[in-house]
Amino acid sequence: MEKLSTQNKSHEMGLHSEKLSGRTQQRFFSAEESENFVYPFSFEVDYDKSGTIDAENLSSKEVNIEIRKLMEKGVGDITIKNPKSRHGLGVGILNRLKLTFEGSLGYFGCGLIDGPNIHIKGRVGWSCGENMMAGSVLIEKNAGSTFGAAIRGGDLICRGDVGARTGIDQKGGTIIVGGRTGAFSGFMMQRGRMIICGDAGINLGDSMYDGTIYVGGNIESLGVDAVEEPMSELDASWLKSKLDLYGIPTKNGVENMKKIVSGKQLWNYDNLEPSEKKLVL
Amino acid sequence: MCGIAGLIHKNKKGADVGSQMSSMLQALKHRGPDSTGFAVYSDGQKDNHYVVRLKVAEQADLEKGFDIHQIVKDRTEAAKGRLEQSGAKIVAEENPTEYAGRYTINYDGDMKVLADYLEDLEGVEVLSIGRSLELIKDLGDAEVVSETYGLKSFKGTHAIGHTRMATESDVDIRSAHPYWAYPFSDISVVHNGQLTNYWTNRRDLERRGHRFSSNCDSELIAVYLADRIEKGDDLESAMKSSVEYLDGVFTYIVATKDMLGMAKDTMAAKPMVLFESDDLIAMASEEISIRQIFDHDVDTFDPYDGEVKVWKN
Repeated sequence: MEKLSTQNKSHEMGLHSEKLSGRTQQRFFSAEESENFVYPFSFEVDYDKSGTIDAENLSSKEVNIEIRKLMEKGVGDITIKNPKSRHGLGVGILNRLKLTFEGSLGYFGCGLIDGPNIHIKGRVGWSCGENMMAGSVLIEKNAGSTFGAAIRGGDLICRGDVGARTGIDQKGGTIIVGGRTGAFSGFMMQRGRMIICGDAGINLGDSMYDGTIYVGGNIESLGVDAVEEPMSELDASWLKSKLDLYGIPTKNGVENMKKIVSGKQLWNYDNLEPSEKKLVL
Repeated sequence: MCGIAGLIHKNKKGADVGSQMSSMLQALKHRGPDSTGFAVYSDGQKDNHYVVRLKVAEQADLEKGFDIHQIVKDRTEAAKGRLEQSGAKIVAEENPTEYAGRYTINYDGDMKVLADYLEDLEGVEVLSIGRSLELIKDLGDAEVVSETYGLKSFKGTHAIGHTRMATESDVDIRSAHPYWAYPFSDISVVHNGQLTNYWTNRRDLERRGHRFSSNCDSELIAVYLADRIEKGDDLESAMKSSVEYLDGVFTYIVATKDMLGMAKDTMAAKPMVLFESDDLIAMASEEISIRQIFDHDVDTFDPYDGEVKVWKN
């Protein structure tokens, strides 16, 4: 595995095989996950400095503002007590940060983040991690539907079961589901990887453009243009390292997982701009 | 959008279901601020005793004309008269608002005949008739409705509720949820979603003698379940067939005298979070609603596409 270049590894795992004419900038997936995104204007935080916010009598907006205030003071390890399933907590954090929620989150938790490592000790409602760019979100219990919608990077992990449409419109990053997932997971997936250790519901990977879905349990049905492809040693090795990182067990071993990719029979693109099309026609 | 909630205590009577459902629905206010409705189930009336909940006007009607207050009063008296003419003996009476009435009756006749005779009066709508069920709905949030109708002191075994954001019919009590599965006593339904085959199926059910009191698509669920139960289905079978029968996106909760059930469409497009323990089942569109009746975190999960679940108290 180490002998291969990043580009070759990416191709080997079937992650990028589209033929581009040059207008699209192609970014290759790194199996080492070594990219590090840091904003020049981000707060200088120290992981050894810790702070606590009691959300008992605060609104979602107030909690998010308090997180920001602590980061401004250089606090790099923040714990939120009593989140009580409120919506929209921990969103828009574009910074390195260790953030722990001692409880459950409601809808749209931890969306639009770029960099923090978040640990949620309860469950999350719909659309957790939507549009996240980098970092990690680890959920100890279950998650609702549209988990990781349009995620672009980072790791989004749920140890329990997840609802429908997991990773809808996924554009990058890794989604890991320790249990089962519902209908239409990976719907219109474009890039990235999804690992489902349990069963997957109906229409898995429906209309996916690209990306890879690994399933450890039974697949109720595949969606339109989603096809199974043989697992390679590289797949198994990457899956093992990724799942070991978060201590997620697999029932039958990573080598026995199923690999689902796009059949690309629905690809009807050309690379011409509308003005160029006119010239051709 | 709408928010729905339900809870059932297992092996327990006299629980604070009125207060609990009020808190759960208030937490869902942001999903639907137009109206709020409750179907609360008591431990049950004595033999042949039923509670009739009805309204004789809409809130908006009270702003129409100089004589409207007298008209509403006359309708209330007329409704009482029709109860007695039908052979029902009124043993208790309350009027939480000018336009809403609650009557405890002693009655052993046909429920449909009674309901039809009452609704023959202009402006009168029977919200529910039940041995356990009491159906209350009005404009405003859960706090307002609960306070107006004295629901916080209501004791019983289970309840369902709804906060409505009107999308396809008017903001009025008629279109608010829950819906009673007329003419079956003690069956009520709340729904979150849109049904796309409402008019087709409504026409079919009306041809077969079923009555619709509103133009709200959600009423179709109550009428369909009533139709299936009339044909001999049990609740769970009726609900399972409804998942195929109904087209569109939906999650609904149904309650009977001693049961609570939920069903979700085959796309799982509408939310539902469930909590299950040996003593209590609670469900809602959002977990924040369930958290209102606990002072600690609880383990919850989402039911999957096409799933039907039923619990008994």
